Amino acid sequence: MLDWLEKRVRRIGEPVVNTMEKLGFGFRFMMAVLWHSGTSFRRPGLVIREVFFTGVLSLVIILVSGLFVGMVLGLQGYDTLVRFGASEALGVLVSLSLLRELGPVVAGLLFASRAGSAITAEIGMMKATEQLAAMEMMAVNPVARVVAPRFWAGVLSMPILAALFSAMGILGGYVVGVVLIGVDAGTFWSQMQAQVDLFNDVGNGLVKSVVFGVAVSIIAVFEGFDAPPTAEGVSGATTRTVVTSSLVILGLDFILTAFMFRGI
Amino acid sequence: MNRRVYDFWVGLFVILGVAALAFLALRVSNVSNGGTKPTYRVTAAFDNIGGLKARAPIKSAGVLVGRVAGIHLDSTTYRAVVDLDIEQGYQFSRDTSAEILTSGILGDQYIGLEAGGDETMLKSGDRITLTSSAVVLEKLISQFMFSKAAENPSQAQPAP
Repeated sequence: MLDWLEKRVRRIGEPVVNTMEKLGFGFRFMMAVLWHSGTSFRRPGLVIREVFFTGVLSLVIILVSGLFVGMVLGLQGYDTLVRFGASEALGVLVSLSLLRELGPVVAGLLFASRAGSAITAEIGMMKATEQLAAMEMMAVNPVARVVAPRFWAGVLSMPILAALFSAMGILGGYVVGVVLIGVDAGTFWSQMQAQVDLFNDVGNGLVKSVVFGVAVSIIAVFEGFDAPPTAEGVSGATTRTVVTSSLVILGLDFILTAFMFRGI
Repeated sequence: MNRRVYDFWVGLFVILGVAALAFLALRVSNVSNGGTKPTYRVTAAFDNIGGLKARAPIKSAGVLVGRVAGIHLDSTTYRAVVDLDIEQGYQFSRDTSAEILTSGILGDQYIGLEAGGDETMLKSGDRITLTSSAVVLEKLISQFMFSKAAENPSQAQPAP
């Protein structure tokens, strides 16, 4: 009886201790990345190369998804709004839902699965093939040389990608609403301009995308650095990056929304 | 790929991002609380403000002339006191009347100003005395029903 109980308690305790340890290491790692960021700013070439891999190569998926999300919003929004005779508010609906929520969140989710997973796999493989250890042998700090540029590239790319996503989505909504369905173009744009606020909507969306960029990037580089140096370990770390950053994006989104849009 | 290719594509990427932000800032949104235009503040007391909110527009003849700065309840008269920020460029006479109107049937409520004929103009700190309250739909319906019932009381009674 006591044996059985002890086994259960131990089964609860182990994952808790492991999670705490991982969180603590993650925090220490984050501090180390920030501490060793100087190299990234002294040698911007390192960051530019990573912006190419995380940002530029994510452009196609972001632009195409943005366009389609906007087009779907146009169709669905029109279908609902026309029942209340408010189809001229289509522009407001499309732009507000994109700027406030869908732009940062969907772009963040896509960014996590397109760029975050790649960062984790790259750093994990570097660790598995002992490239990071080799760097350390040559007195090159791998956190400064490998991790920090990738982190800052992610932080820089994410707001740009989210803004492009929102802009493409609004154009998609315009194409469906105005060109295909025939909502008046003048009311579409003027209602949008009247209802969308630069600071409350565009600015807060930008703040959200920066926060998501920081979260996804730090999770991606951390999981790569923390990955067990085996093929299996790297694949597991890549999966964890996508799962964790998706959950963190959605959770943070709720918190930020609760702070930003309190019944305004 | 050499460094120039990276530089080119990243430059293009940043330009695209700036262009998207400029599009969102200039074409999609407006700066409503930029506060660049100087305003003067007058107050107005209403019996009932309905669903009026802070930052609601103030219009005269349909033109936006300012915004509602704040709303509070006067605890001695139990009337709603509304602070109005009107742009310095628009001057209104002292006997201007303010009423709470609704844009469309389900639209937002705003304050409409109707200019009077007085020579002296409203200045900062003045109070608009001529006000009419928001139309509350429930009161309107009950008034209508009472007046209908008062018109022909014989029909209100069911026939024996």
